[in-house]
Amino acid sequence: MAASGAKYGIMTSHFYWVGAMPAMVFVGLFMMPFYYGSRARSVPEYLKLRFDEKTRGLNAITFAIMTIFSSGISMYALAKLFELVLGWSFHGSIILSAVIVLVYIFLGGLTSAIYNEVLQFFLIVLGFLPLVLLGLKDVGGWSGLTAKLATVATNAGFEPGAWTHSWKYMDSPSHNPMGMEWFGLVMGLGFALSFGYWCTDFLVVQRAMAAGSMTAARRTPLIAAVPKMLMPALVILPGMLAIGLHASRGGFLPIGDDGQPNYNLAIPMMLAHYLPTGLLGLGLTALMASFMSGMAGNVTAFNSVWTYDIYQTHIRPGQTDAHYLRVGHAATVFGIVASVLAAYSATRFNNILDMLQLVFSFVNGPLFATFLLGMFWRRTTGHGAFYGLLTGTITAALHYGLTLPRGAVPGIKGGFLGAVLHTYPSEMALNFWTALFAWTGCFVATLLISLFTKRTKTDDELRGLVYSLTPRIQEGSMPWYKRPVTLGVAILVVSTLLNVIFW
Amino acid sequence: MRLDVRFPIGGMFTIIGAMLVIYGLVSPAAVYERSLGINVNLWWGLVLLVFGLVMLAFAVRAMRPRPPV
Repeated sequence: MAASGAKYGIMTSHFYWVGAMPAMVFVGLFMMPFYYGSRARSVPEYLKLRFDEKTRGLNAITFAIMTIFSSGISMYALAKLFELVLGWSFHGSIILSAVIVLVYIFLGGLTSAIYNEVLQFFLIVLGFLPLVLLGLKDVGGWSGLTAKLATVATNAGFEPGAWTHSWKYMDSPSHNPMGMEWFGLVMGLGFALSFGYWCTDFLVVQRAMAAGSMTAARRTPLIAAVPKMLMPALVILPGMLAIGLHASRGGFLPIGDDGQPNYNLAIPMMLAHYLPTGLLGLGLTALMASFMSGMAGNVTAFNSVWTYDIYQTHIRPGQTDAHYLRVGHAATVFGIVASVLAAYSATRFNNILDMLQLVFSFVNGPLFATFLLGMFWRRTTGHGAFYGLLTGTITAALHYGLTLPRGAVPGIKGGFLGAVLHTYPSEMALNFWTALFAWTGCFVATLLISLFTKRTKTDDELRGLVYSLTPRIQEGSMPWYKRPVTLGVAILVVSTLLNVIFW
Repeated sequence: MRLDVRFPIGGMFTIIGAMLVIYGLVSPAAVYERSLGINVNLWWGLVLLVFGLVMLAFAVRAMRPRPPV
């Protein structure tokens, strides 16, 4: 996130205020009842209950690939940190992070994971806050930062305010560093990517399982959304400060092989620049905590999807619990080894968030269309969902294979199908449009195929899985200010205000 | 019995805060050149210490049995 703060400026806040906030409110108000009511253990399992076994299998496979990439990217970031701060080789650092995560997962369970997450949250807030305060003081407050970033923007050929206004320069892709216009951003990021990500987030489903009541389950994503609103101050600002200093003092960020500054190192460089011995330790711990939680969460998710949704269902059903436990442990080890490979592929991107969103656009973009139709239209069939999902993923691959971000050579960054039909101004623009194409492909295909195939599940089987067949929740006895709806509306109002302030 | 999550949080930040405050008191001023001449170890250590103690206080208060109303 800090890397994007440096590369794209305050527009990165769209990931929070346009992306995460509305999506999390939607999850709390509309999706949670299905998860909680159906008692599904994972997203693929919900798909099995709602559709059929093959839809679950397909989703389980793409989901497993996605978790490997996500954890590989965190591993890359952690290894880079070791390399930079302790001066170790990148290869050694990767192996060390792999071992740490392995130990961490084998020792902990779900409860310890939740405790850890709370601790990590406070650690990140209290570890980064002094850095942001010192950095802001150094550049002369928000106005000083604006002045420095104006130089950055004009050097890159944009209007002076391009790094410090989140919406003003969104009229055309050529006016802002992200290379997006408002429609692609709102639909691609706000709708397809964010809703797809948060609605099918493994942790959300897990929390729903652990919650004591329907109201508690619905309130969880809403409460989680509150700190998310303020995260930009902690994670995007350091990136903006770093690029501001890079421009005004020169050489703050190291230059990568492609001649661009390596944005991924924004936070580590800031830590090393401002924090003295003592507080530096706290800052580094906070940074490690954030990577560690990302890695562990994804490897755990990989482990359970592989064990429950692939192995137990398709490969060897009907074994003892002890057998599945052993398979789970083996899956953890395999997941970590695969993450190491993914970490090496992350070295090709100068901003790891670009790569992460690329993976999400393949998996989450189409999945959200399937969920939307499945939850709100009872006529959606199993065949429709399966082939729709397949179409969506293929659409994403085609789009990715035929387009290219500006200045990149065909290959891992797209354009591998020979012809390049369109060139996007940035990697992020390419990702958003990939997600949008994937979503549309899946939506249309699911709709058409469902109309031409027979339903295999009766209304009775779909009770609690489809909106129109689920009894309305009665919350009449609760005072209005305790209802999830009130909280959801409040969150939306505040994020709208934030968008207006940083217009 | 479930452990109140405020115990580990409070305990951890109290210890880190105390360490930073002590280090901030004994460390030479030259260390703080990079942090704009401010003794951030001392000040941020105090912030963490207070935060940790408040968390601990809440956790202890929640443990006491409430008198029946």
